[in-house]
Amino acid sequence: MDPELRREIIVDHYQNPINKGLIIDDTYLKANTNNESCIDNITVMAKIEDGRFMDIRFDGEACAISTSATSIMIHLCLNKTVEEVEELMAEYEKMLNEEEYQQEKLNELIVYEDIYKQPNRKKCAFLPFDSLKKIIKQYKERGQ
Amino acid sequence: MNREDFPILKNDFIYFDNGATTLKPKCVVDALDDYYLTYTANAHRGDYDNSQKVDMMYEEVRKKVTQLIHNQDPREIVFTYGTTDSLNMITFGFMEPHLKKGDEVLLTKAEHASNVLPWLELVKKIGIVVRYIPLTSDNQVTIENIEKVITQNTKVISIAHVTNVIGDIRPVKEIGALCKKNNIYFVVDGAQSVPHLPVNVDESNIDFLAFSAHKMLGPTGVGVLYGKLDLLEKMKPTRFGGGMNSDFEADGIVEYKSVPTCFEAGTPPIAGVIGLGKAIDYLLKIGMDNIHKYELELKEYLLLRLKEIPNVIVYNPKSTGGIVAFNLDKVFSQDTAVFLNQFSICVRAGNHCAKILKDELKIKNTCRISFYLYNTKEEIDRLIDVLKKSDQIFKIIL
Repeated sequence: MDPELRREIIVDHYQNPINKGLIIDDTYLKANTNNESCIDNITVMAKIEDGRFMDIRFDGEACAISTSATSIMIHLCLNKTVEEVEELMAEYEKMLNEEEYQQEKLNELIVYEDIYKQPNRKKCAFLPFDSLKKIIKQYKERGQ
Repeated sequence: MNREDFPILKNDFIYFDNGATTLKPKCVVDALDDYYLTYTANAHRGDYDNSQKVDMMYEEVRKKVTQLIHNQDPREIVFTYGTTDSLNMITFGFMEPHLKKGDEVLLTKAEHASNVLPWLELVKKIGIVVRYIPLTSDNQVTIENIEKVITQNTKVISIAHVTNVIGDIRPVKEIGALCKKNNIYFVVDGAQSVPHLPVNVDESNIDFLAFSAHKMLGPTGVGVLYGKLDLLEKMKPTRFGGGMNSDFEADGIVEYKSVPTCFEAGTPPIAGVIGLGKAIDYLLKIGMDNIHKYELELKEYLLLRLKEIPNVIVYNPKSTGGIVAFNLDKVFSQDTAVFLNQFSICVRAGNHCAKILKDELKIKNTCRISFYLYNTKEEIDRLIDVLKKSDQIFKIIL
């Protein structure tokens, strides 16, 4: 990917993230990244209805990579089913782990295709998905 | 100063993360090598020459620590695995049996996790009460503020001599006198002070002091617990096993060795202790006063030069330890650290394990520059040149 374009996408999502700010609504499921990182602190909340992500929001203080990845994640996962999101996550994980992956499925997330070169930042790039995984787990445990 | 003694500095990098750990001079590494390559043996065990040499070298380090922190008796020096280990031993070996429900322990919100979490465990275990000494607007501890929170239930004050985020030096001598007057145990976390400035436990009436070797040019995995002899004699071991008992029977009758050996169960980090001894020799030769003055000079120079960069926010301009906590305006601290790393400058970003300091600083994460004796003004000049390019930060880190 062209480095200039990549930078532009990341900075744009970092400075103008989608759906930043939490709301008070207990029909949402919530997860925080504190367990995975000592420094990036992002809370994600999502409303899942009939197996579909109807809304995803976040708030917190985090680095450019984590914040932009959260914004891109929200952009790509809104209105998707839990299965579609899980599929996206699996592909994304493959990319970060330098395994073979289907580029066309990842959309804007390919801006992080070179992140494996900085191992300490790989965690930042996956951080929002850790929260989403927790949310999906909660959803499934509720048996809905 | 003394850069030629540090082989690692031949590499082209700038190390400003001395609050986390320090670089090692060749003489310390040589001392470890010497033990491993020429006279390896266990301590306190054998009757052969090498074992006796190990014993002598190991015990000799207690005396060196005594010279460093100015206590009287080498038996007051216990070797541990680090500051965290020492603080845990104080909390669970001494305080747990001596405190009771409702007794109050005073901390501050600027403390490192290792001086907060053991106490919070005691809150759960025996119902002590943890209270926080209010900090001034410069995040300092004053006698007036301590006096405000002391009650008749206050039994312990446990604070860092120098804090690891703000780098402020607490008035331990005055606090020690206050503790003596009020019959309060005085516990000091010396992880950021013993390596950087003169510490005098006798003069400051410190009951317990904890510090780590690796933050003072020594090896990792070794720490020191100092305790007044009469208190150590009342402290209970928290680890049990070889080396610390003098006799035991199958029916459970056990006799422990005397202080300090009863606290050093198992084979201790022998090479590490010997390396610590070498590091102490090295530091005392330079003089702790000189080290402190030099670091302060570096800090003042850095503060002066940072004024050339308009988007820098410094959080601790008034503290007198060799630490500068800062952020670039509107840049997350980790991004700044990654940016500086691109120019081979090592700084720490985050909350530095002082997670409740955010209540006081109103900011959770900072970049921290922490100096040591081998840092130079030229390195600061290079840092400033790099920070002047920080408007290009995303171009450089993304």
